Amino acid sequence: MLKRVFDPNDTSGASVKISQARFPAPFVSGLEYGAPARGTWNIVHTGMLIPDAHQVFVCASNCLRGVVLTAAEMNASHRFSTVTIKENNVLEGDMEDLIIEGVSDIIRKLPNRPPAVLVYTSCIHHFIGCDLPLCYKELRKRFPDIAFTDCYMNPIMRKSGLTPDQIMRRQLYSLLETREKDPKSVNIIGNNYATDDDSDIVRFIKKSGYTLREVPRCTTYEEYQQMSESFLNISYNPAALAGGEYLKTAQDQQHLYLPLSYDEDEIKEYMKKLAEALGTEYDGDPEAKDRADKALERALSVIKDAPVVIDYTATSRPLSLARLLLEKGFNVERVYADSFSKEDQGDFSWLKENCPDLDIYATVQVKLRILPRVYDRKTLAIGQKAAYFTGTANFVNIVEGGGFYGFSGIEKLADLMTEAFIEEKDTRCLIQRKGLGCESCI
Amino acid sequence: MKQTQAFLSTYTADVSGVCSALFELGGMTVMHDPSGCNSTYNTHDEPRWYDTESLVFISALSEIEAIMGDDQKIIDDIVDAANQLSPEFIAIAGTPIPMMIGTDFDAIASEIEFQTGIPTFPFQTNGMHSYISGAGMALAAYADRMLDDAPAEIIPRSVNILGATPLDFSVNGSVDSMKRVLEEKGWKVLSTWAMGSAPEDLASSGQAAVNLAVSAVGLETAKVLKAKFGTPYIIGTPCGEKFNELLLKALENAAETKKSSAAFPDIPAEEIDIVIIGESVTSRSLASALHLEYGKAARVICPIETESDILSSKDAFLPEEDEITESLKTAKIVIADPMYRPLLPKEAKLIPLPHEAYSGRIYRAEIPDLVADIRAYFERSL
Repeated sequence: MLKRVFDPNDTSGASVKISQARFPAPFVSGLEYGAPARGTWNIVHTGMLIPDAHQVFVCASNCLRGVVLTAAEMNASHRFSTVTIKENNVLEGDMEDLIIEGVSDIIRKLPNRPPAVLVYTSCIHHFIGCDLPLCYKELRKRFPDIAFTDCYMNPIMRKSGLTPDQIMRRQLYSLLETREKDPKSVNIIGNNYATDDDSDIVRFIKKSGYTLREVPRCTTYEEYQQMSESFLNISYNPAALAGGEYLKTAQDQQHLYLPLSYDEDEIKEYMKKLAEALGTEYDGDPEAKDRADKALERALSVIKDAPVVIDYTATSRPLSLARLLLEKGFNVERVYADSFSKEDQGDFSWLKENCPDLDIYATVQVKLRILPRVYDRKTLAIGQKAAYFTGTANFVNIVEGGGFYGFSGIEKLADLMTEAFIEEKDTRCLIQRKGLGCESCI
Repeated sequence: MKQTQAFLSTYTADVSGVCSALFELGGMTVMHDPSGCNSTYNTHDEPRWYDTESLVFISALSEIEAIMGDDQKIIDDIVDAANQLSPEFIAIAGTPIPMMIGTDFDAIASEIEFQTGIPTFPFQTNGMHSYISGAGMALAAYADRMLDDAPAEIIPRSVNILGATPLDFSVNGSVDSMKRVLEEKGWKVLSTWAMGSAPEDLASSGQAAVNLAVSAVGLETAKVLKAKFGTPYIIGTPCGEKFNELLLKALENAAETKKSSAAFPDIPAEEIDIVIIGESVTSRSLASALHLEYGKAARVICPIETESDILSSKDAFLPEEDEITESLKTAKIVIADPMYRPLLPKEAKLIPLPHEAYSGRIYRAEIPDLVADIRAYFERSL
């Protein structure tokens, strides 16, 4: 067994006061640890959002194992197949044959013909110089009734340009056929969760008389295809940007990026931009703002000065959220994040100046494996990793912002904070399930 | 077609096998990989991850490091982590990209060991083989390197259990049951490689009169210990009273004659309509128990690496989905992980035997402790 030989209070290298932190990467890169918080979605979960599509992963067996079991745990094995790469394929250079014949063999065996097949290739294909266009050309020739698209499980590229997650959120729309545009239809793109119906953004779109489409709302392949009829794509998750840019060219759709934010001025600014794009006006939604303020007051009256910790899996804007809560009087002590997005730069500077003692903790630095996962007081965590690292059962169980947006999003989050502080959750059980919100047999 | 799985899962790979085998031994294991292997291992292959502070990390290999052949990054990162965490040993396991670019793991390990003074093991895994090879090579390397070569005084009726990992035996008490079976018959279990035994226990392994390889994972270690200390070994997993009698007798014979062997009896049968799919040693042990307890014959389909002489002439090594489908056409009863269900003929009955190395955590709560009670399992199912 491991012998503890280091000082458990020595967090050097794994945490830093924000006053001393660098932006956007506060920590030195090195070996990485993986905490058992699995609520964030992976490329299998995201690909499954396309109704009736079938996934084929072409990888070495160690890469296949995680994705095979992701599909199985979400009860979607019937929409998932694999082709295994062996040493001989690397040595003999027959990777194209393996993809073409392997995918063809699988399609012929399936009990039902899928309308679309997502073929995921891996780091190996990238390094070996596999002729992927040739593979897709041949597959489309063999199966003209099936739409194929290229997806990627190539984590070696995660520090080189777009990450596999960003690419997946772009390729999610690559199967759309070109259709005539409907000036009264808009899409929200790039999210794994349907944006909350009560959110400022959805309410405003619907109130303005527009049809809203979003992949997580699609229940049939035809509904998915109707997304190409919208004239405008709206995104608010930074990982969706590449998808928005892609669709500008591929579908001749406008793209409006309205980053998720917890700041009043930013929310109003983005909602005004949305109103302009929809040819209408935004009045600042004072009622929603008032409800958000009251929900925060209720939360503060319950949580009082208990420590609040936030992690980056809960929201793409952890520093914006930390700033809001600190401004409202909450005792935010820690933010768990290995790096920050450029959207958070303004909040980083503000916090550095106004809350210099805020602790920034890494989540993958090696010491996180053995630092004590306890807090000396009852603690509220926002996010699964924050809950795991602080050992609290009082946590808000959301990932990726939870589908919330705007003042109503703040209201809902504040209510969830209140509820989480009062009612304990089974942290161990909940956070180990993959893909929060997906079916899970675990 | 070979290498396609339209319906099936895939077994835990070699790199996870290394991590699993060394998990409890106080070292630090590093998967040289961009990302993904880590979460696969700690989500699907390692039931001890949430509660046990074992040091398993990834190197987070990047495109530019791979293209430039920058081994210095992993060396520096491992040395830095070792200085922070002081592991007893360091293990580095490869994945597909390091294999493709010809990473010199031996040189990297030597350099790290030189800089830290900590024993460092290089493992030439590539993510294209099963956990049998990875866990097997890890335990064998540990035995070779970490055990004292000095001749040990043999303790009569003592035994080491070799090849116990959660990948084959989960965390359902099976390993404790094995110890109990042996101890109830007067055997002293010196160590279990590698669940539930401290490195100090493993250090005394050379004093065993005999070793028991309870899975294919343990075979390489058995051979190392035989070469190092002359310890004979028996192959078989405790499973059912009658097979256990055979196994215990084989242990006594081996201790006396110093000859190694497998404990499986011959199963005479013309037509066999029961099929067991799984790892070779545990499956053959189960087939033996089924024969001895109930007079029923079963053949084994082993889809993952095994030494050929573990399988009988009626058994088959079939790694491909198409081959397994074909072989199951005449089966009436199939004892296998539930994820094999899509391949079964309509009229065949599945007796679920979940295997952590196949379905991961999905059926963990239903994995039976066949060592403790095989009758309850079969009488519920047959």
